[in-house]
Amino acid sequence: MAWTWFHKLGSPPYVYKLAATLTPWLAWIAAALIAYGLIGGLVISPADYQQGEGYRIVYVHAPTAWMSLQVYMVMAVASAVALIWRIKVAHAVAACCGIMGATFTACALATGSLWGGPMWGTYWEWDPRIIFELVLLFQFLGYVGLRSAIDDTQRADRICALLAIVGVVNIPIIHFSVEWWNSLHQTASVMKLGKPTMPLDMLFPLLSMFLGYAALFGALLLTRLRAELLSRERSATWIREVLHA
Amino acid sequence: MAGLTEYLDMGGYARYVWPAYIIVIAAIALNIFLARRALKRARAAAVRRLAIKGDS
Repeated sequence: MAWTWFHKLGSPPYVYKLAATLTPWLAWIAAALIAYGLIGGLVISPADYQQGEGYRIVYVHAPTAWMSLQVYMVMAVASAVALIWRIKVAHAVAACCGIMGATFTACALATGSLWGGPMWGTYWEWDPRIIFELVLLFQFLGYVGLRSAIDDTQRADRICALLAIVGVVNIPIIHFSVEWWNSLHQTASVMKLGKPTMPLDMLFPLLSMFLGYAALFGALLLTRLRAELLSRERSATWIREVLHA
Repeated sequence: MAGLTEYLDMGGYARYVWPAYIIVIAAIALNIFLARRALKRARAAAVRRLAIKGDS
């Protein structure tokens, strides 16, 4: 009884309809949170006492970097669920994550480089966190490339799922790299146990951006998932029903 | 006006701060466009398939 919801998530028509219902809600939540985050980050929050106005890059850099890890985790967990319980919808979820993860990771690297220029005196440094974030970008691109190189969808699903699961080892490495090795990156100041070390008028817009990006990813994922399900379930009878609804 | 110019200058960090925001906003816009286009194309393809099925 308690697992009914889980079994329902294996049903393409149920997931398609649920995605269609949730997408506009997530999109509006994302728009509101990101709008507040941008205004708060660019206008309301005070300048940093050391980095001046330059620190404002954190409002786009930190959430994209965080999302790059979250998107990979969604892709890896969906892949594991798909392989263990043989749920086709989970393969479709994983397939949708690749290009979005690559975008978030590329944005994290680009904005980090722009932040590093004035603060570290260099746009690129072979810092452990930057290296492993670059590896993550290659993982996403490799995933997208491998999937598009295999014509048979079921075979592509299985091979890409294994690739995503094996690659998950990089996520804790990126997260803990600042503690394991000497790094130009600071240790955690927001996502840590206990009290964050940021003042609240800087912290709230940042948290808003984190949540806004998560909601945006949810809306984009569900939109792509609907497209993916329509493409995969070519001969299913439910497609006629949802298209004429 | 001087206040706006001073704000846009971002304390001398304008050439770092604004490109960072532009890159991320462009990436978000591109992702929204690609996701909506994927759904639109998949729906159009499904409608075509149903029409062919209906004819046969």
